[in-house]
Amino acid sequence: MAELEVVEEKETGTAPTTGRFEPKIVAFLCTWCSYTGADLAGTARMEYPPNFIPIRVMCSGRVDPEFIFKAFRDGADGVAVCGCHPGDCHYISGNFKTMSRMPIVKRYLEQMGLEPERFRLEWISAAEGEKFQQVATEMTEQVRKLGPLNWNETVETQ
Amino acid sequence: MSKLKLGLYWAASCGGCDMAVLEIGDRLLTLVEHADIVFWPCVADFKYKDVENYEDGFIDVCFFNGAIRNSEAVEIAELLRRKSKVMVAFGSCATKGGIPALTNLYQRQELLDRVYIECETVENPDKVYPQTSVKVPAGELTLPELHTTVRALNDVIPVDYYIPGCPPVADRIWDVILAIVGGELPPAGSIVGAGDKSVCDECPLEKRQIKITKFHRIHEIKPEPGWCLLEQGIVCMGPATRSGCGALCLQAGMPCRGCYGHIGDEEDQGAAMMGAIGSLIDAKDEEKAKEIIDSLIDPAGYFYRFGMSKSTLLRKRLLNTKVKRDVKLEVL
Repeated sequence: MAELEVVEEKETGTAPTTGRFEPKIVAFLCTWCSYTGADLAGTARMEYPPNFIPIRVMCSGRVDPEFIFKAFRDGADGVAVCGCHPGDCHYISGNFKTMSRMPIVKRYLEQMGLEPERFRLEWISAAEGEKFQQVATEMTEQVRKLGPLNWNETVETQ
Repeated sequence: MSKLKLGLYWAASCGGCDMAVLEIGDRLLTLVEHADIVFWPCVADFKYKDVENYEDGFIDVCFFNGAIRNSEAVEIAELLRRKSKVMVAFGSCATKGGIPALTNLYQRQELLDRVYIECETVENPDKVYPQTSVKVPAGELTLPELHTTVRALNDVIPVDYYIPGCPPVADRIWDVILAIVGGELPPAGSIVGAGDKSVCDECPLEKRQIKITKFHRIHEIKPEPGWCLLEQGIVCMGPATRSGCGALCLQAGMPCRGCYGHIGDEEDQGAAMMGAIGSLIDAKDEEKAKEIIDSLIDPAGYFYRFGMSKSTLLRKRLLNTKVKRDVKLEVL
């Protein structure tokens, strides 16, 4: 999980340029639909906040719950998991597993005291650049309102 | 050859691990032929002072059971680490936090309020909480400080071997003792007295490749005998739990609760179970998936029943972390 270390930086603070809290949101994007969708948003020059840190995975079904928890522990303020619409999976059944897994993860995260807005599961097809733009904008604003998560403080207290 | 010197200690534990050692039965007599017990507060009158008076490295093998939840446990763990050549984390609590680590789902103050104020059998009109020190005519009396978060043994001291289980099965304990006496221990850091497959590999129940349509708690349905409990909708931790127990609970018709801990390198047992159970749910659309998952009560408690201290998130989010951290500097 070396790629997750990107978010290791401990200080989640105010950006000097915008003067407000800039959340870090780790987004797991499946390579066949959601990553291509994000790519479409980019090539179409749609504007969306730069707070999504994309991690490309082969399938949203490959996203182990552990990846999500590790992202939060290492400093993410939010995590999004995006995959193909149910029925459109490149691997036939991968995203059905995601569909059943992520609600359990969501309930567990709520039990651990995280606000539900910090975790999101979205289906974004390769043609839905606009949906990616909308999800990224909406989630960034929601997490910005909630403020920094700073899970390291929770972990480090005796 | 001089006799082996054994030490046993309990921190935040129920005493079941000490009973599990006794469960080796008359083999205990064979053990005593080869080993002297130099510290075992559960069964004999040893004082901490006795251990302090031993020279460093005096104890050959120390079996440490129980989780770390107060300053006394940390102090004794550090003391025993100095005095022992080999430190063994014994049982689920010492290896992964165990049942005591379920308090990580609560705030420290909630816990104190519940136990000392709200509890039905407690009468405490003055709202007196336990203090770490009190002045009496004879001098000052002290009590250990309760930690905010329950941790496993290897979070406070280096540990050489891990024996999982709640409690470890007698035959596995005996295997480990034989290995110690014979000097045949595996490389340090190993998990001993357990297998490296899943409980499902040892489970006698039949798998029929049927997916879950609804979750049930154990008292809600009468499961069909001989058929995989997970497929019948009873949460069984078998797929994410290390083998070694011989699927004892399943042979008695109870689901696996996960006491032998994680399999493989990934320590987050609950994450593994969430991954596994997610692919066993019979849903073709999101509403159905949500409906099935809503019938699952308390995912954190089920999936991390024994592994909370080694979970990635470790505990419930702390309220007022800033305040708590000041307290930590002052008291601890």
